[in-house]
Amino acid sequence: MSERTLIDARGAFCPGPLMELIAALKAIEIGEEVEVLSSDKGSADDIPEWVAKVGHEMVGVEEKGDHWSVVVRRAK
Amino acid sequence: MAKKILIVGGGLSGTIVANGLCRQLAHQMRQGAVSITVLGTSDKHLYQPGLLYVPFGRIREAELFREQKKVLDRRINFFIDPATHIDVEAKTVSTQSGRSFDYDYLVLATGSRIRPDAVPGMEEGAHWFYDLDGARKLRDALAAFEGGRIVVNVNAPHKCPVAPLEITFMLDEYFKARGLGDKVEITYTYPIGRLHALEPVGKWAVPEFQKLGIKSETFFNTKAVDPKAKKIESEEGVTLDYDLLITIPPHNGAEVIENSGLGKAGWVPTNPKTLHREGSDTVFVVGDTTNIPISKAGSTAHFEADTVVDNIASLITENRWARDYDGKVYCFIETGMNTGTYVWFNYTTPPNPGPPSQMIHWFKLAYNRLYWLSARGLL
Ligand SMILES: Cc1cc2nc3c(=O)[nH]c(=O)nc-3n(C[C@H](O)[C@H](O)[C@H](O)COP(=O)(O)OP(=O)(O)OC[C@H]3O[C@@H](n4cnc5c(N)ncnc54)[C@H](O)[C@@H]3O)c2cc1C
Repeated sequence: MSERTLIDARGAFCPGPLMELIAALKAIEIGEEVEVLSSDKGSADDIPEWVAKVGHEMVGVEEKGDHWSVVVRRAK
Repeated sequence: MAKKILIVGGGLSGTIVANGLCRQLAHQMRQGAVSITVLGTSDKHLYQPGLLYVPFGRIREAELFREQKKVLDRRINFFIDPATHIDVEAKTVSTQSGRSFDYDYLVLATGSRIRPDAVPGMEEGAHWFYDLDGARKLRDALAAFEGGRIVVNVNAPHKCPVAPLEITFMLDEYFKARGLGDKVEITYTYPIGRLHALEPVGKWAVPEFQKLGIKSETFFNTKAVDPKAKKIESEEGVTLDYDLLITIPPHNGAEVIENSGLGKAGWVPTNPKTLHREGSDTVFVVGDTTNIPISKAGSTAHFEADTVVDNIASLITENRWARDYDGKVYCFIETGMNTGTYVWFNYTTPPNPGPPSQMIHWFKLAYNRLYWLSARGLL
């Protein structure tokens, strides 16, 4: 079972959820996962788009009341 | 027994915490009930924001440094003896010289460092200004540059979110002033889908870039630099040619943090309000080394340091918690050689930058000097 890093970026205006995700992916091993919590819909859409573009793996996006949870697996 | 406060790192936040505690606990220190120790890496304190002006020859190098001993209050025990291992279970910190320091309260203030070596080809192929050596080399490269393609390449994570935009605007003005405006093409690359992490700043920069003819490439995360072919390639599949590459390299926290098992890549899991290291109430974390998802900036470090000072002082004198950190960040932004603006926000208030003005630029220049008072805890 791979380890999962949690980033609670709710209400974080700078650098924001996607920048945090990019940074976190650099700090983990291939196969490990990052979960980003975001309060803005923009990131919930941006993240899957970016992940597909660079070739990481989307594990899931879930709306949880007032925020989104986005889980990504480092693939390379 | 005297209460021992140990601070690892004598940069911006470590210095503010040490001086602030000295002031608030002056009485206890006189009685020998409290001691404050700082472990640092150098006898000189570097004013990092001043590095932005070095490539343009706009600051004398002497203005960047002060004696660390003079920046710290005399009552503080200061050792130039880097921490090599931090054991939060045994509550001891070992150092390069082989000493071991124990503590009642530990403050981790080891900052962040650039890692151009983390990207293939970057060390050989790129310039940067985030350390003095790099800034000097960039100064020489700019002076020798007579025209061509410049790429300003921003990588995540990095400290000082505004420096990349600032250097871009300053480069544009610098070359126009040298009469090379039409010979230089600047392209700015950014990791996410806008020009700056802060949405209003990103939006504001779009027409400014258009006005000045600065190109941009968003969603650009550097995969590799080819120093021979002078090409930079992104994870997203874009390759740019350059004649001069200026990068903001990706950052890590300090080695000692990672080696001591206190956080991946040197970022310490930190409670965003109490600033405790997650899981220990005798260890506080300030400045760039926290994993809190907010800007790694001097102002962040400063506001966090003020919070930690109030809490440690209050815990020692009254055994009570003083206040939580509210996530405040404040940044000046240079929008050229003669104008500036600023922005502030916290965990609940979004940022809203005002129009650039010359006065704000002067204020930033003034702050470049006021810094030393602020580090001493006088501002
Ligand atoms: C070019 C540039 C421009 C900037 N401009 C701005 C700006 O305009 N506004 C702004 O707000 N911020 C700016 N910043 C960012 C700001 O300088 C940093 O965010 C701030 O210094 C962070 O403070 P800190 O105490 O966390 O880390 P630092 O000030 O970097 O201090 C960390 C210290 O810990 C020491 N250390 C590391 N490892 C060890 C060890 N093992 N043992 C002992 N000591 C150790 C280091 O030597 C260093 O002295 C800029 C930075 C740069 C590089």
